[in-house]
Amino acid sequence: MSDARTSHSTPTRLRSLLTGDAWINFGLQIGALILAFLLTSCILLVAGAPPFEAYKQVFLGAVGSVTSFSNVLVAWVPLLLAAAGVLVTFAAGLWNIGVEGQIVLGAVLTTWVLRLLQDTAISPVVIILLAILAGVVGGALWAVLAGVLKTFGGVNEIFGGLGLNFVATALTLWLIFGPWKRPGIGSMSGTEPFPERLGLPTMAGLRVSPWSLGLGILAVILVFVLLERTYFGLRLKAVGKNTRAAFLLGVPTWQYGLLAFLFCGGLAGLAGAIQVTSVYHRLIPAISSGYGFMGLMIGMLIAYRAIWVAPVALFFAALNIGSIQLPIVLKLDSTLSGVLQGALVLFVLLVEGARQRYMRRVRMRIAAPTTLEAPLSASGET
Amino acid sequence: MEVQLLDIRKHFGPIKANDGISLSVPAGTIQGILGENGAGKSTLMKILSGFQPADNGSILLDGREVAMKSPADALRLGVGMLHQDPLDFPAMRVADNLLIGAPGGIRLHRSQLRASLAEHARSVGLALDLKADVSSLTVSERQQVELMRLLWLGARVLILDEPTTGISAAQKAELFSTLRRLAERGKTVIFVSHKLEEIQELCTRVAVLKQGRLVGEATPPYSVRQLVNMIFEREVTPGARAACAPGGPILKLSSLAVERGRIRLEGLDLEVRETETIGLAGMEGSGQSLLLKACAGLLPPVEGRVTMLGQELAGKPYHYFKRNGVAYVPAARLEEGLIAGLTLTDHFLLTQRKPGFFIDREKGRSIAQERIAEFNIRGTPSNTAESLSGGNQQRALLAIMKPEAKLMLLEHPTRGLDIESVIYVWRKLKERCNAGGAIIFSSSDLDELLRYSDRILVFFAGRVSTPLDADSTSVEELGRLIGGGSV
Ligand SMILES: Nc1ncnc2c1ncn2[C@@H]1O[C@H](COP(=O)(O)OP(=O)(O)OP(=O)(O)O)[C@@H](O)[C@H]1O
Ligand SMILES: [Mg+2]
Repeated sequence: MSDARTSHSTPTRLRSLLTGDAWINFGLQIGALILAFLLTSCILLVAGAPPFEAYKQVFLGAVGSVTSFSNVLVAWVPLLLAAAGVLVTFAAGLWNIGVEGQIVLGAVLTTWVLRLLQDTAISPVVIILLAILAGVVGGALWAVLAGVLKTFGGVNEIFGGLGLNFVATALTLWLIFGPWKRPGIGSMSGTEPFPERLGLPTMAGLRVSPWSLGLGILAVILVFVLLERTYFGLRLKAVGKNTRAAFLLGVPTWQYGLLAFLFCGGLAGLAGAIQVTSVYHRLIPAISSGYGFMGLMIGMLIAYRAIWVAPVALFFAALNIGSIQLPIVLKLDSTLSGVLQGALVLFVLLVEGARQRYMRRVRMRIAAPTTLEAPLSASGET
Repeated sequence: MEVQLLDIRKHFGPIKANDGISLSVPAGTIQGILGENGAGKSTLMKILSGFQPADNGSILLDGREVAMKSPADALRLGVGMLHQDPLDFPAMRVADNLLIGAPGGIRLHRSQLRASLAEHARSVGLALDLKADVSSLTVSERQQVELMRLLWLGARVLILDEPTTGISAAQKAELFSTLRRLAERGKTVIFVSHKLEEIQELCTRVAVLKQGRLVGEATPPYSVRQLVNMIFEREVTPGARAACAPGGPILKLSSLAVERGRIRLEGLDLEVRETETIGLAGMEGSGQSLLLKACAGLLPPVEGRVTMLGQELAGKPYHYFKRNGVAYVPAARLEEGLIAGLTLTDHFLLTQRKPGFFIDREKGRSIAQERIAEFNIRGTPSNTAESLSGGNQQRALLAIMKPEAKLMLLEHPTRGLDIESVIYVWRKLKERCNAGGAIIFSSSDLDELLRYSDRILVFFAGRVSTPLDADSTSVEELGRLIGGGSV
């Protein structure tokens, strides 16, 4: 992964967009896309479904009507937030697998504040603001926990994050079936829905809220500016690329690691808060819907270049929403979108890996000793 | 094996790293390659050893044109290279891989392989403990392991890119005699260095590169003046030793003890004053870097005091030292000093004082341009650290040092610099010194130590000598002390 991260920062990439190199890269990415579709088609054929028809259904399901497209936008927002968040941790060289749990914690804290204040006389606007703020804080704290485990406990953030994800899910289930259960009996359908006044206002007749859309887009812009235009972002990258040198150059490295977690967790928490206040209007067991992991996939897919977050997240959202139709129309499972997304990430990484390997042979070896394996070990076999 | 390079070209964007170089090296010779920093030496060597392809040109081995797509390819054809940065080639893994990844299988063959390796080592005159843990080897030993590996895998052309920068005089003598022996047996040795005396001592012929072109060749007897003239196209003379007039105290060490691994330094007392330069001499790994790290706040002392401008700093964190005017420049350029993947501008921005929140790219660029000019770095603000030549990385390392630092702690500050750059960089450093700073530096170059230090501490097996007056010490005496002789 470190290879992909060291490849290009966005400005150099924009500049090199005119050179031949960039065209080759672009061609390779398209190739990966085609391969992903081919693999998915094979799987469809094995499953006995006509691939073309399936893709058509996905397409229509995503953009066939205003309603369906607005649903795509609904799914787009948490993806934007999660992907933007993980870019910050990726920049610092951290694998924030815990982003999923951070979304959950955001949702939990938002629900908590809403429950606490829903019967008071406080104005709904204030309640919503406080609830969303609580969500942000919840996600951030959950992320910092993973960071603290790493920094002071020596627990790799991948394992810490995984563990915290489990804890977060368990916590939600416990709340839904325990203290926050519906009057009567707790059920998988979640907590008692909040009154409509405690939800973010939506566009007329649709499920998408302009407020959450605005927040999602704002987050992406914020992260872009942060990473590309501020000293904070530069220091994060320095830490991510070479922690030891960054430390010697005067960057307080572990503090920046924690800040990256804090920031990413805050955005994930915001995603959770939006799921509660503008999508489900309650806490449900699967409140994060896998958006955290998808955010990570998007991060890898775009090789950590913030400028690509929005379009790729939109594509992923469209696949998700579009494939909802499949079980009804083609008797296929809607996880098809997941297959395609996964295949896409794999192929893009594969192609990138192959390109790097090739370039490494071609160009000067720039990698640190730990990431070097190919050329010299290969020669050991002669 | 005879090596012929024909019209080799390699461009990196606008930079012509190799601009049509043709060179032929007969079998059994030790060919020296000279040239200023960024002249294209490493690039040419990497092309010859398959690490990167040329844009144009051909390589002939024993008159037969060959295509090398990878270092493994090159090695199959008989060309092996020892890289410039000892940290850059994974000698440890190589030695492991040699045994583990060798054809034939696992356990059983290990002992056979060992035996065959040992046999081979003896036959080329390298005394290696094959059972030693590779991570414990010194730079010089790793070099030998790598050299061994290359020979064992059938290298008949050996390329050494600045192999002498991290090793002692005795180790160097050993390396040279090995190389001579190999050449006598018909191997071709290509030896890149900035040190003319090494070229004089070792090489049977020498080629000089400048700005990607071959500008001259020479055979013994060499005249230093002639070589210098070919490299720089002008005379280069080091300035006279300037006596310093020490000002107030900057750093005071009192009964300091530091420890790391097997090395422990004890009872260190030293006072460093404004404008002073202290040189640390000794074999690699005798404790010089421990002292530098202790002064930088990277290694908390076991006991004793580190007083900087009257303030007690021992036990404080590194960044506190840094804020109080201490600058530390590590030897491992790409491991600890520079950040691969970040541009020169990024580096200067990172080290700016009072930076604010938003980056002003334009300002960053102009600062970068200024420092690039000041330190004469061959590169542009948008060059990434790893795309600079070795010597230019070293200059970048010194250029990002805070200008306002009072105490400069430098590990091998001129490692890999050409003669002219050494003089130039030292002039810059001395300027900072004379403006009220002080320098403590380590070096394996005795001339450098004597020329630029005011006082010298000699390290031997964890013991530190009393400070010697550089003015009244000779190279011979210093060499004797480094080898363990008494004052
Ligand atoms: N990967 C790269 N990308 C861009 N420029 C490069 C790259 N590799 C080398 N260069 C440039 O090519 C030129 C020649 O570099 P090279 O490393 O061959 O110099 P050198 O003669 O070995 O110098 P030194 O004595 O400093 O090691 C330099 O200007 C360097 O910046
Ligand atoms: Mg070089």
